Amino acid sequence: MPPTPSAPLSRAMPDTSDCLICEHCDTLYRPVALRRGETSLCLRCGAVLARARRLSVQQQLALALTAAILFIFANAFPVISISLEGLSNAATLFESVQALNHGRITPMAGVTCLTIILAPLLQVTLLCWILLFACRDQVAPGFALCMRTLEHLRPWSMLEVCLLGILVAIIKLGGMLDVHAGVGLWALAMLTVLLITLSGKEIRYLWSHFEARL
Amino acid sequence: MSDLPYAKDAGLVLCHTCSKACADLLTRCPRCGSSLHHRKPNSLGRTWAYLIAAFILYIPANLLPVMNTNMFGNASENTIMSGVIEFWEGGSWDIALLIFFASVVVPCLKFFALGLLLVTVQRRSQWAMKERSKLFRFIELIGYWSMLDVLVVALVTALVQFNSLSSIEARLGILFFGLVVVLTMLAAMSFDPRLIWDAEVKDD
Repeated sequence: MPPTPSAPLSRAMPDTSDCLICEHCDTLYRPVALRRGETSLCLRCGAVLARARRLSVQQQLALALTAAILFIFANAFPVISISLEGLSNAATLFESVQALNHGRITPMAGVTCLTIILAPLLQVTLLCWILLFACRDQVAPGFALCMRTLEHLRPWSMLEVCLLGILVAIIKLGGMLDVHAGVGLWALAMLTVLLITLSGKEIRYLWSHFEARL
Repeated sequence: MSDLPYAKDAGLVLCHTCSKACADLLTRCPRCGSSLHHRKPNSLGRTWAYLIAAFILYIPANLLPVMNTNMFGNASENTIMSGVIEFWEGGSWDIALLIFFASVVVPCLKFFALGLLLVTVQRRSQWAMKERSKLFRFIELIGYWSMLDVLVVALVTALVQFNSLSSIEARLGILFFGLVVVLTMLAAMSFDPRLIWDAEVKDD
């Protein structure tokens, strides 16, 4: 996808309604229309200014609903199971969180729960809620709150790190025990891809789309 | 390069939450209701505070054991570095490198890079502004991968629980290490990269 530099605004431009500001260096631009797959970059600092959205609302909703189903699978089934001389054991995501929940380490269980369960859960729920209404061209109740929460949650959702963590754990234990990947792992892997696709700039267009009706 | 207009000069403020360009007289974004700031409030002070706190906690995070492994009666305490060395000596040099990068290189790089950004911004340096901008975005991008070790310990601890035969327990080091990751993330979030470019504009 070729980057298109946006047209810089002249200093005399007083109209404030239709402007694009680079969040990394405060440069002011007049937005250019982007075609599918195109990205506009800031001329001053090189940051991404805007990205054309790749999916229609219907497609986004479909992916959000798929993500919801995958979330259930990823949490209901173990991500790894091990066996050792006839004994076996398996761990789900929540059991991993609980493993940290003892003694003075407890605060870490809270952080882990937020990053691998709560944040993704809220992301998926809010995305489904917003998109279910957006699909019928309606503004979801609590739209602004939902969108704001999504924006603030993004840095704390760490499914991709969790995925890598599971792979490292598999290799780490593989030397000593029989290790098997569980159903939860495959669901988690697909969920991660979907959440990356739907978060970030992909649904920001809804702000301007519904602006007049907020 | 410097003839590109700044939003500040045009009387506009960016809403951090919904990216709307708002008139700078407003205190709340008319679209999403978030509070508006020219620059993140008290950015340098907060970033220094988080960064220094993280740096202090990074010491016990490396010295204290993160995991206690008891395999068939052989008990051993693992720190983050000894875990890396174990992988390396066991022949999995790729995993050793991966963990080394996530747990040692990334946090150290964050301390160094954020410290550098803070000092240069305070000196109103005009040196390599575009590169420093890129450095900040890179730090933001890689920062949260340090959580890797915490998640590995959580998973391994949850799995290996065979009573007296074999068990793995999390130790206090992992708490400090997790806090370092959270604090460095907060430090990166409170730093305002636009301050880098403010050096270009004369104070009025």
